[in-house]
Amino acid sequence: MSQAILSLKNINKSFGPIDVLHDINLDVRAGEVLCLLGDNGAGKSTVIRLLSGVHKPTSGVMAMDGKPVVFANPREAADHGIATVHQFGGTFPLMSVGRSFFVGREPTKWVGPFKIYDRKLANDTAVKAVQSFGITRIDDGDRLVGGLSGGERQALAIARAVHFGARVLILDEPTAALGVKQAAHVLRIVNEARRRGLGVIFITHQVMHAMAVGDHFAVLIRGAIAADFRKGEKTREQITDLMAGGEQMVELEAGIENHMAAGDGHPDPAIHAH
Amino acid sequence: MQSSFSPGALLRRPEAGAFLGLLAVLIFFGIFGGLTFLQPAGMASWMNVASNLGVIAIPVGLLMIAGELDISVGAMVPFGAMTVAVVSGHYDLPIWFGIAVALTFGVLIGLINGYMVIRTAVPSLIVTLGTLFAVQGIVLGLTVLITKSTSVALVTEGVAKTIFGDFLFNGQVQVMVLWWLAITAAYIFFVHFSRFGNWIFAMGGDKVSARNAGIPTERMTILLFVLSSTSAAFVGLCQAILYNSAQVAGGQSFIFNAIISVVVGGVLLTGGFGSIVGIFFGTITFAIVNQGIYYTDFDRNWSSLIIGILLLVAVLMNNTFRKMALSYAPRKTGGK
Repeated sequence: MSQAILSLKNINKSFGPIDVLHDINLDVRAGEVLCLLGDNGAGKSTVIRLLSGVHKPTSGVMAMDGKPVVFANPREAADHGIATVHQFGGTFPLMSVGRSFFVGREPTKWVGPFKIYDRKLANDTAVKAVQSFGITRIDDGDRLVGGLSGGERQALAIARAVHFGARVLILDEPTAALGVKQAAHVLRIVNEARRRGLGVIFITHQVMHAMAVGDHFAVLIRGAIAADFRKGEKTREQITDLMAGGEQMVELEAGIENHMAAGDGHPDPAIHAH
Repeated sequence: MQSSFSPGALLRRPEAGAFLGLLAVLIFFGIFGGLTFLQPAGMASWMNVASNLGVIAIPVGLLMIAGELDISVGAMVPFGAMTVAVVSGHYDLPIWFGIAVALTFGVLIGLINGYMVIRTAVPSLIVTLGTLFAVQGIVLGLTVLITKSTSVALVTEGVAKTIFGDFLFNGQVQVMVLWWLAITAAYIFFVHFSRFGNWIFAMGGDKVSARNAGIPTERMTILLFVLSSTSAAFVGLCQAILYNSAQVAGGQSFIFNAIISVVVGGVLLTGGFGSIVGIFFGTITFAIVNQGIYYTDFDRNWSSLIIGILLLVAVLMNNTFRKMALSYAPRKTGGK
């Protein structure tokens, strides 16, 4: 197995007296999708904030290519090639595709004594980058980002990260707000990012989406890693149970099934017809 | 890449509403007041109003594009005027020194506004409401303390008078009009052609993403507050030099007039959308309504009604145009 691009070793994080993460160990490898699963409040967001330089771990070591790193701010994490894409793409609804693609890194050209924003270069580059991820519907860099679908916005954000040399892509619930078709789009883009050799951290609480693209899974419960396994080692039901914190989910489902079978739920349509 | 100049493409631009609004008031006053307000004397009257307002409205509009608001400009105008009048009029120090002091105070108040906005989570409306009153208090208190009066005379001669406070073209057009046009051109370059403009739009669109993209959002915020309060102080000192005196009151009208010009100009109140050309048109539209009423048979008191309706219509139109811009996708030729 190749060396991890990014690894967390015995990471703890507390905010004042509240311990949020305990003893987290994770490895992100090139060309692999690591799915980080967990219920709301399990600590997924805190892990993302550590990785993307928003917070610093209270103890433990973060390493890139085996060398310890400390990110003072999000910009430093980005400079190390860690890109975070948030649920809504983190893009700017009223900016054009080209302008939002190059935000903070605008290409410029000299026109006489003036250094001006190179709109044509920005638009062409952005459109080409998004289309290389299979989103051919975006063909005009002057279109406003707000006019794109949720999946297209994710594609734009991911294409942007890849274009600017990201090695680790953190996707925070990219499919949560999307319909089935749009989500499938995004999953295909995740596969494409993996094919290009990026390490992808895919955060979700939708087990089906995780199983569709994941190579490696980690389940967070109350700030600790409750399970760490590879593709094919667990079934969907087992993962769902883990996320819900143990056996409750199976029992609950069984309970509901018994309830329905006993006819205490909705009346049986056959009986109702009489 | 196509560069189409179809009517549809024009309507999707932020200044579309402002342009149509300007046409509407031109037609309105053309019908009711004749075309006198487009002749030199009439033009001078609204150009003077527009120029003083426009120099302040553009930086206020930039702050709104960046998702902030500065209402302390209403106190910065008399502050700038009174500072130059007290320093160079009351104490009789060189006019250039007075101008430098007034502009320095403008920068200082801008730094205070900007710093408080980025360091606290208090909305900039409240922060600048605080500085609005604080600065008004300073102007009134200090002026009365120093000069025992609420009005201070200032006599300026020579180059400073010509540059900052004189009339051009047969004594009708204020030199401020030239400043306004030059400053507008500079802002158009800064906002629409340099990379910094992109940062301002990104900050208004999503401040956290903008910061994560490496934009120095805090420094930009402070810079924009410094621009707006210094611009207001500049307008104030120019008025003092023009009218040879400064009053402690006045200037409050700039707050709402600037916001109206900016909103009529197509800037989105919540930030992230707008254009300098739009604000420019919005300012002219406001000034024409403000002054054009004198050229009609209507009573002057009706102008507020027209401005109010204009504002509401402009906001509704701008919403519609923005939706058009958002839903716009180039029609593809051929199959999917």
